[in-house]
Amino acid sequence: MTQVPIFNPIASQDKATLEKIALISGQDIYQCMQCGTCSSVCPMVETMGMTTRQGIHLLQFGKTAAVMDARIGELCASCHSCMVRCPRGIDVAKVYDAVRQLTLRENINLIDLNEIPKETLTDAPQIAFVSSFRKLTS
Amino acid sequence: MKLAYYPGCTLKTKARNLEDSALAALKALSIEVKELDRWNCCGAVFSLADDDLIHHIAPVRNLIRAQEEGCEGILTLCSQCYNTLARAHNLMIDDEEKRDTINRFMDEEPDYKGEVQVIHYLTYLRDHVGWDALREKVKTPLRDLRVAPFYGCSLLRPDDVAIEKDPTILEEFLSALGAQTVSLTEARECCGSYQSLANPDAEQQRLGKIFGAVNRSGANAIALSCPMCEYNLGRQQHQLLEQNANLTATPTYYFTQLLAVALGIEAGVCHFDLNGKPAFELLKEKSYIVSAAS
Ligand code: SF4
Ligand code: SF4
Repeated sequence: MTQVPIFNPIASQDKATLEKIALISGQDIYQCMQCGTCSSVCPMVETMGMTTRQGIHLLQFGKTAAVMDARIGELCASCHSCMVRCPRGIDVAKVYDAVRQLTLRENINLIDLNEIPKETLTDAPQIAFVSSFRKLTS
Repeated sequence: MKLAYYPGCTLKTKARNLEDSALAALKALSIEVKELDRWNCCGAVFSLADDDLIHHIAPVRNLIRAQEEGCEGILTLCSQCYNTLARAHNLMIDDEEKRDTINRFMDEEPDYKGEVQVIHYLTYLRDHVGWDALREKVKTPLRDLRVAPFYGCSLLRPDDVAIEKDPTILEEFLSALGAQTVSLTEARECCGSYQSLANPDAEQQRLGKIFGAVNRSGANAIALSCPMCEYNLGRQQHQLLEQNANLTATPTYYFTQLLAVALGIEAGVCHFDLNGKPAFELLKEKSYIVSAAS
């Protein structure tokens, strides 16, 4: 009997990226049932290129580049609203933190000090700088 | 319980209005706290990456300092410090493997096993003073203030560090000061946090939502506890109002400033200049200010 080849939609390179995300976040994105709760409570979702639910769906198929292009990780404010409400117990904030880490670990910064207006540099509190640089620089 | 007071970086400069009003209020309530010796920055955000332990060193070191001083608790004011220290504390209790690695990495320090409780000022007031006792100490009830309590994220999430489940603590606190509280749909949501630096447009969009809700609530003041929220809602407010003629300005206050004013403490201690002019004007107009020193 001839064996039917199993179609595997995820390229090996994407699989390696997914493994990294799983390792950094400690989360199993395949638990997601696409309910959209995370997106409905996300305060930053309107500025992202796609919703957090869509992002998880694409990640499940290894489409990490599309999720990075949508800047979900970059625009996440780590508010944890998604995490406390996900009915499948996924720490969505950790998933997108891991996506952001992938960019940062390529030595790419997501904030440029030179682009911050002078008024902000004088006015903003220390924690704004410490958290921005912790979250958005490599 | 012996407590060490942990100020964090921002409270010594940009948020002096938070620290000085809070400490003056404690004094007026006959509570003595001693600042932790040799504290360091907590890191402002708790590291979410599972393979990143190095960023837990800073908050844990502060907990070790408090432990060395024989303190059973560390008292915090800034919401982000509270969150970072409390999560680091929980990590050191819950994750044996990470605890061992972190302790071994800091082999020059005594081990930390979760001996120091991380307490926020609001919780401390509720548990050690109590709302009824606080109400009795109020000299200037803030009767005509309709205050929107803004919790933000760091006091509430994740659940294991929430200062209260389904929180009403800020409302109870404000009522004890004699103020009216309004119900604010955005009270438990994010202010946009550090995104105001890297993505100011995203931040403005967030602020638009928050101030829409504040205006609908009928509040004439906002009370908060976080210097990040204060920067976004307070100092960035003018940009939002310039773009949106239909929104009304609403001054922001640290909850401790309202506390100090209600306790009859001289206004200079509150550094209202750091909140912007309208904040001071409103309290003056309501005749709450003891001495117009600010
Ligand atoms: S943690 Fe990030 S992704 Fe989750 S709700 Fe908050 S901003 Fe959105
Ligand atoms: S809330 Fe959880 S289960 Fe629902 S879409 Fe988001 S990640 Fe998936």
